[in-house]
Amino acid sequence: MIKLEPRGERSATMAYLSPVLAALLTMLTGLLLFTLLNVDPVEALITILYVPISDTHGIAELCVKTAPILLCAIGLSVVFKAKIWNIGAEGQLLMGGLFGSYIALQLIEAEGFWVLPIVLIAGILGGMFWAGIAAILKVRFHTNEILTTIMMNYIALNILLWAVHGPLKDPEGFNFPESALFGDSALLPVLIEGTRVHFGMALALLAVVAVWVLMSRSFYGFQIKVMGMDAGAARLSGFKEKRLTYFALLLSGGLAGLAGVGEVTGPIGQLIPQISPGYGYAAIIVAFLGRLHPLGILLASLLMALLYMGGEMAQISLGLPLALTGLFQGMLLFYLLACDVLISFRIRLNPRKVKTSAPLTPLASETRG
Amino acid sequence: MKRRQFNKLVTGLAAGVCLSALSTLSAQAADPLKVGFVYVGPIGDHGWSYQHDQGRKSVEAEFGDKVQTTYVENVAEGADAQRVIYNLAKTGHNLIFTTSFGFMNPTLKVAKQFPNVVFEHATGYKMAKNLGTYISKTFEGRYVAGYVASQVTRSNKIGYIASFPIPEVIRDINAVQLALNKYNPAAELKVIWVNSWFDPGKEADAANAMMDQGVDVILQHTDSPAAMQAAERRGIYAVGQASDMSSFGPNAHLLSVVDEWGPHYIRTVKAVMDGTWEAKANVEGMKEGSIVIPGFNESIPADVVAHAKELIAGIKDGSVYPFAGPIKNQAGELVVAEGERLNYEDLEKMNWYVEGITSEIPK
Repeated sequence: MIKLEPRGERSATMAYLSPVLAALLTMLTGLLLFTLLNVDPVEALITILYVPISDTHGIAELCVKTAPILLCAIGLSVVFKAKIWNIGAEGQLLMGGLFGSYIALQLIEAEGFWVLPIVLIAGILGGMFWAGIAAILKVRFHTNEILTTIMMNYIALNILLWAVHGPLKDPEGFNFPESALFGDSALLPVLIEGTRVHFGMALALLAVVAVWVLMSRSFYGFQIKVMGMDAGAARLSGFKEKRLTYFALLLSGGLAGLAGVGEVTGPIGQLIPQISPGYGYAAIIVAFLGRLHPLGILLASLLMALLYMGGEMAQISLGLPLALTGLFQGMLLFYLLACDVLISFRIRLNPRKVKTSAPLTPLASETRG
Repeated sequence: MKRRQFNKLVTGLAAGVCLSALSTLSAQAADPLKVGFVYVGPIGDHGWSYQHDQGRKSVEAEFGDKVQTTYVENVAEGADAQRVIYNLAKTGHNLIFTTSFGFMNPTLKVAKQFPNVVFEHATGYKMAKNLGTYISKTFEGRYVAGYVASQVTRSNKIGYIASFPIPEVIRDINAVQLALNKYNPAAELKVIWVNSWFDPGKEADAANAMMDQGVDVILQHTDSPAAMQAAERRGIYAVGQASDMSSFGPNAHLLSVVDEWGPHYIRTVKAVMDGTWEAKANVEGMKEGSIVIPGFNESIPADVVAHAKELIAGIKDGSVYPFAGPIKNQAGELVVAEGERLNYEDLEKMNWYVEGITSEIPK
């Protein structure tokens, strides 16, 4: 007989320690797993966690992989604080990539410093537009944003596919589904010569700082947090709930849009059907792994990006299967949730009789089982 | 350990690593040739990536410890591809195959960074000094399949599940129509575009929609066995694509047009070992063993099987060529005169349907 009993008070220290603990437990399980797979466990962990970032090129690649996840996750932290569950970062990212690509293709011959900002703004607006629809539906029609944002992910993907197979297809590309390569003026500048790390990472870091200031230093951020903790209290204090909802959703949509346009104008350089291997969904994990705190999200997105790259390296150097990456991400989340449960609850074996002094109904005994 | 000692040790180690890197370069002949493969799908897809992995295994079987192969599966065709290809090159792979169209631009970019590594990209059109391309003449197999379909159909309605309107797919549809024009002009070819290479749900939907319209033989240029399974359930025929799909529909399976990548991979590895490799567009078909039809359904009449085998033999020795004139386009205009042939340069850009196809190519 095991019973979970709420602890009186959540330990603040443990709340911050639990991601670290989860990471450690993941490593330990990983060691066990590699031993079972007959792979030298230490070598495997080094291959997955260190080799991908052991030189400048690797660190640059880590930034390339982190930037879109970080941008989506930092935006999500704002909506999630307001207890608005935007699951649509993926769709908002795709729309950002699509809007940005459209403008970049219109300006393909154009040269000058002004091209890139216009393309980036178009991408941000694309993401905001997509999140804005969900915001209107939520505020005006009280639809559940979890459903609308998820469904709009699929709509966005299909609009993108239509565009890249149709109007935005490279006229000289033999009908292959990809756009022409963008002009140089529409490409994000590379930060380190010879690598792919681009200005998008700088924008992502800027977004982290901006969101940090917004949420911890501004009255707007305070209102968002209050609204998330107690919507009734926020209303009583005269906070404008609708305006805050629009603000939070548009902000997260805009940042996801920036992530999308950053991919097409950064490492990819053209519009293709696969802009994102699910960054918008990974960002949800990252946002919670990072405790919705800007610094935590920065660390969590770096870890997530590293796990992806480590999974590739494990295939290349050790011949380990790809499923391992998924397993690692899954374990990390599992341990985090497990740690969280144990922070809020304590496990009781053989619950004291006092607690169940009332005569047991069959139903009650089942729920205890 | 004192800091200075430590620094010395680190420099020593770094120098050692550099030296050993240099020595691996000079001792390349003695070391196994490292061959890397980048797959777009999982190797368990029983279609495109699976067949490429079979090819990788045949390289291992052929060369034993003279080669060392590596693969990375499920690589997204976005920003990730370039990093995977780069890391393969950086970890000392001498020959890298990238096996999906979407890897074209990433492969080209990495090929420029590693001039001493040989790259080959499947199904694309961009090349460099150290980047060649390879593709199979699937239309040869498709022509034979079109002939068999024209003979076994009772409703004279043949279905074709197509992926994307790129030249490779369009020319294969044309090859089937040319076979119909020759062997059963009354038969009609219905084409459905599913805009995906691998989408079992959509492929099954397309198959069911066509069967509802009376189609009794289904061909496909998509990779999942869903259409084969749907045909088996409804008791009609289907032609397998990319891998041998007979196990997915023992009764429905007429034949499969199988991509065997092994022969090309073995030839390429050998050329790189011998130092005779050069960047070119490798277009290989039945003659080279790259396109194979492993077997025929037992219910196909013996004379049809016999003629299909004659066609295969003819394609191998060059006496049969699907795109030999006269060929007319949909408007009925003569495009290829009697005695002329469409060569591969023309087929590579083919964006028009031959006479007899009633639908339009999606724009």
